[in-house]
Amino acid sequence: MSDSLVTVAYIAASALFILSLSGLSNQETARRGNLYGIIGMVIALVATAARPDMVGYGMLLGAIVPGAVIGAMLASRVAMTSMPELVAVLHSFVGAAAVLVGFGSYLGPEPKLSALELTIHEVEIFVGVFIGAITFTGSVVAFGKLRGTLSGKPLMLPARHLLNIGMLGGCVFLGWQFLDAGHGATAGASPAGLMPLLIMTAIASVIGVHLVAAIGGADMPVVVSMLNSYSGWAASAAGFMLSNDLLIITGALVGSSGAILSYIMCAAMNRSFISVILGGFGTDGGTPAAGGAKAPQGEVKATSAEETVEALREANSVVIIPGYGMAVAQAQHSLSEVVKILRSKGKNVRFAIHPVAGRLPGHMNVLLAEANVPYDIVLEMDEINDSFPDTDFSWVIGANDIVNPSALDDPSSPIAGMPVLECWKSARCVVMKRSMASGYAGVDNPLFYKPNTEMLFGDAKKVIDEILTKLRA
Amino acid sequence: MKIGIPKEIHDGERRVAATPDTARKLQKFGFQVVIESGAGAAASFPDEAYRDAGCEITSDVATVWQQDIVAKVRPPEYHPGTGQDETEMLREGATLISFLWPGQNAALLERLVARKANAIAMDAVPRISRAQKLDALSSMANIAGYRAVVEAATLFPRFFTGQITAAGKVPPAKVLIIGAGVAGLAAIGAARGMGAIVRAFDTRPAVREQVQSMGAEFLEVTLTEDGAGEGGYAKEMSPAFIKAEMELFLAQAKDVDIIITTALIPGRPAPKLLQAYHVEAMRPGSVIVDLAAEQGGNCELTQPGRVAEHNGVKIIGYTDLASRLSSTASQLYGTNIVHLLDDLGKAEKFHFDLADEVTSGALVVHDGANRWPTPKPKMTSPTEGKPAAAAATATPKKSGHGHGSKAPGSPWPLVAAGLALVGIGVGAPPSFLTHLTVFVLAIFVGWQVIWNVAPALHTPLMSVTNAISGIILIGGILQISGPPGSATTILGAAAILLATINIAGGFLVTQRMLQMFRK
Repeated sequence: MSDSLVTVAYIAASALFILSLSGLSNQETARRGNLYGIIGMVIALVATAARPDMVGYGMLLGAIVPGAVIGAMLASRVAMTSMPELVAVLHSFVGAAAVLVGFGSYLGPEPKLSALELTIHEVEIFVGVFIGAITFTGSVVAFGKLRGTLSGKPLMLPARHLLNIGMLGGCVFLGWQFLDAGHGATAGASPAGLMPLLIMTAIASVIGVHLVAAIGGADMPVVVSMLNSYSGWAASAAGFMLSNDLLIITGALVGSSGAILSYIMCAAMNRSFISVILGGFGTDGGTPAAGGAKAPQGEVKATSAEETVEALREANSVVIIPGYGMAVAQAQHSLSEVVKILRSKGKNVRFAIHPVAGRLPGHMNVLLAEANVPYDIVLEMDEINDSFPDTDFSWVIGANDIVNPSALDDPSSPIAGMPVLECWKSARCVVMKRSMASGYAGVDNPLFYKPNTEMLFGDAKKVIDEILTKLRA
Repeated sequence: MKIGIPKEIHDGERRVAATPDTARKLQKFGFQVVIESGAGAAASFPDEAYRDAGCEITSDVATVWQQDIVAKVRPPEYHPGTGQDETEMLREGATLISFLWPGQNAALLERLVARKANAIAMDAVPRISRAQKLDALSSMANIAGYRAVVEAATLFPRFFTGQITAAGKVPPAKVLIIGAGVAGLAAIGAARGMGAIVRAFDTRPAVREQVQSMGAEFLEVTLTEDGAGEGGYAKEMSPAFIKAEMELFLAQAKDVDIIITTALIPGRPAPKLLQAYHVEAMRPGSVIVDLAAEQGGNCELTQPGRVAEHNGVKIIGYTDLASRLSSTASQLYGTNIVHLLDDLGKAEKFHFDLADEVTSGALVVHDGANRWPTPKPKMTSPTEGKPAAAAATATPKKSGHGHGSKAPGSPWPLVAAGLALVGIGVGAPPSFLTHLTVFVLAIFVGWQVIWNVAPALHTPLMSVTNAISGIILIGGILQISGPPGSATTILGAAAILLATINIAGGFLVTQRMLQMFRK
């Protein structure tokens, strides 16, 4: 296949990737969008493999086939509740691949370039490896945190900002050394620049670990989408070093996608992106999480599954607010059955999804879809927040910070100004939780003390199963 | 403290300001209730019922009027039985609670001032959400809207609901409601309940959802002009709008069987919405109910207080629709008064708190001083529904490090970007610039495309971007054509392996997820 044909194929692949992303604008076209992505990928792969200078087919097959098998196995086995982990681990692969491609490009035969172009090429390699390494280790740590193998608490090293700046400075210095050493794979000996590049990779890896370790569990959705963005930029950097436009385009698409998702998540928590990156939510800003906010007044009323069933029977309009607790307890299937029964009785049942509910943007939607909840009754925060005053019954399942009224009425609260679901405006509100423990932000929730709020303690799955049995009876 | 409930003397008035039920509530507040004999008779509440409820019954009108508080429905007028005006019987320093229409009844206010009385006009209660429980205008409008449909049905010679019978098919009646306020919405509900096809028109686009939630079709003119005025009422519209409106009504008049008009603008005669030619366009047997008859009527041919007929079309101009449902109207009005007295501190702490905007708005005469026009509270129309949330989001928390505190629209980032571009343009070779062009354009395309992604699909978006970022595989492929066993080749192969996991895993899991999304 001639170079021009390859280029044309790349254009087609880029267009298909863009169509793939725009297909996701609604549920009807989303499947077609995914198909476009697959076709684009196949075209890009075949075109690259058919280049005139391509020889290593054995090697190619030897790498692609096991990769595809592993990927397929991962994808078919993963539980929907574990999507955040899967996404994080896939990010780490992109990061690692970017590092490998960077090293390969450095160690490979010297491209025929002018001195200036050579410098630019080396900068591209250096930057690509840097981003790739951060993405790789950051994603691995995120994976560990989401899985629960690493603690979700933010790691607070003393002088951590100084540490980051110092490491960054070190990388810049190494970069200067790397450029100074030049590109010279001469006579089989290791090129002089390899050592600075390796040290920089090690430092960048530490930065990646440290960055994500310092971020608390509540900010995980931002971190995952931020790493999504980084993996895109890493791919783009690889495209620059290899002079490959398809890589650049795809990387930029993915990079801006991740950036937008991070932005949406930050806006949903009313936090600036930088304060999320700096980490340690719950201990910043001089308000100690425990004592700073006013202690809520009033009494906590506990209720039972029977009473909740009664309330559900009486209510005409019900809004369900799921949170991470629902995902942890795997309660979505039982909940879906409950919703089916309620809807068959002609009640108006809707779901209210806060943008940062769960550990991944859109995570709740996927879980509910998995449990066969029709997507047209699953509404975003902005769509439903105004209708709480007309709602008979709000049902909060394993959520806390996203329904905290102090975000609106207590300026000293650490989550002040964060948009929340105003479920306390409905006639009656039942909150299902395992205990009175505070949420990820470490803030007490006055909702639990409101006169129209009742608490239903216990494991979400068990309690909903109980409700389901009683509702069927 | 004692509350006097006189019998209404206005011609045709059947309501009463307290029912046995609300009288009981008043007594719980510490009031004693003195009621004129026969006051509740027209509303089907006999004297015995009041006596059972613990009220004092008297046949002496003057005694009733001599109490600390007098609550009634209609504004005081000349009492033929005693030969004097009702206000004359009011004690000095007493409080009168009633509909007063202070805007139209200057002379009445003067008489109350002369008696050194206090007067609360139920019609001047501010229409804010906190005062809804004592908003008698709304509770009466609700009843009038319902009754309007009942009156229309009585005179309408056909079914409201469509039926298919062995004797043939009967089409449903079509009802047009003009003005979707409290009365209009109640009329929509009643007409829908009887099975008619209901359409509604209002100049305020904000009520569209309310109309649709009641099951009616919301009609609009092609011109856009927001008619929301003060206190949830409509305002007067421009001539161009009125012309478009008239054309719409004409088209509807030819099609519908019943028109119910409820259009009122505070402090002005009712707007004339239906001209003679509209009435003539309707089929014989059709019915118009004009709820604005007392304020002059929305229809040119309306005769207040009675049914007019023009070209076979009956035009109902009753001004006592709420009174025709006397039991319910008395009960709701009585409850409004109970809530009012609750707000005024019940019996023991009865006082007028002028700092309270509801009291201040409704108290038209205070200690013999005329307060009309009373101060208006800040009104919120249905369009400004969510101030709390908006205010909250408008004050983002500042981080302790001063990040992001730059004012929006600061030119510096643009200048910096421009300088950076110039710098690159001076220093960089053309091959790099080509790639940079592609890079920047791709970012913009990505930015535009991603904003359209539905939030519900953010997880599939992440997995699909994960898959396509596996395109870094190409980087690996480009590198494995070197000598086998060289470092580059091995690194390339490893990159391919990792990237393929991503591609296969990402696309497949996206497919799995998307298959789950269904309606």
